[in-house]
Amino acid sequence: MYARFPLSSNWDELDRLQREMNRLFDDVYPARHSAGGYPAVNLWVGEDVQIVTAELPGIGLDDLEINVLGASLTISGERSADDLPEDAEIHRRERLFGKFSRTIELPYPVEAGKVEASLEKGLLTIHLPRAEADKPKKIKVKTN
Amino acid sequence: MDKDTSLDTRKQETTLAEGERTRASRAYLPRTDIYETSEEILLTADIPGADESRVDITLEKNILTINARVDAGWFENRRLTYQEYGLGDFQRSFALSGEIDREKIEAVVRNGVLTLHLPKTPAAKSRKVAVKAG
Repeated sequence: MYARFPLSSNWDELDRLQREMNRLFDDVYPARHSAGGYPAVNLWVGEDVQIVTAELPGIGLDDLEINVLGASLTISGERSADDLPEDAEIHRRERLFGKFSRTIELPYPVEAGKVEASLEKGLLTIHLPRAEADKPKKIKVKTN
Repeated sequence: MDKDTSLDTRKQETTLAEGERTRASRAYLPRTDIYETSEEILLTADIPGADESRVDITLEKNILTINARVDAGWFENRRLTYQEYGLGDFQRSFALSGEIDREKIEAVVRNGVLTLHLPKTPAAKSRKVAVKAG
């Protein structure tokens, strides 16, 4: 699921090509990628921190719950539907409402006490620092 | 979402049929609800990542166009490890067939949701107004 190859420009190029191919196929088989669940997430992985973002328009922090256990991140919440005037006639209804919950397996375990989340302009950003115990240890080599 | 699990939750990219964009970034169709009451047409659109300073709304003749510029911010020029949703602006046009009181249009953006009140002109209030996708 995660691209964990070394980040050289050759891989970037292959990755770009793969994305282009996916886009081509998406047009032909639109249902192919919808299994991911709601909300859709993007992930950026650095050496000591991983950042997850999701689009959650119309949701307040009170409507949202974020849980971390080891390398598992769960985002759950509820978006309530708008109150409408009684005589409103519906022309178009595309926005998504209701309860959602999604668990994502991250590349490495998280230092749960240091997780920071912000919700701005309908965008959720979660900073998930790498667990201390999981960080690679540097071993000093002594010379005699 | 529990409403309809078969519903495709992916973002839909805009097509070139709507006119080529001047900015090189991608653009997506915001998910939009449109309601009509006797007084107004109420449009709500999900535009996560944009606030009121980055939304342009134009009504030219009967074509309503929404353009919300989304700042990629920290992710600009950074390569995502894993990507499920595309980054880009939101853009969409609708053809309104009714008469709208242009002076009284109100737009609010809150938590990445645009709410647009389009009051009908007194003459149009007595008539049926239909909204079609542009």
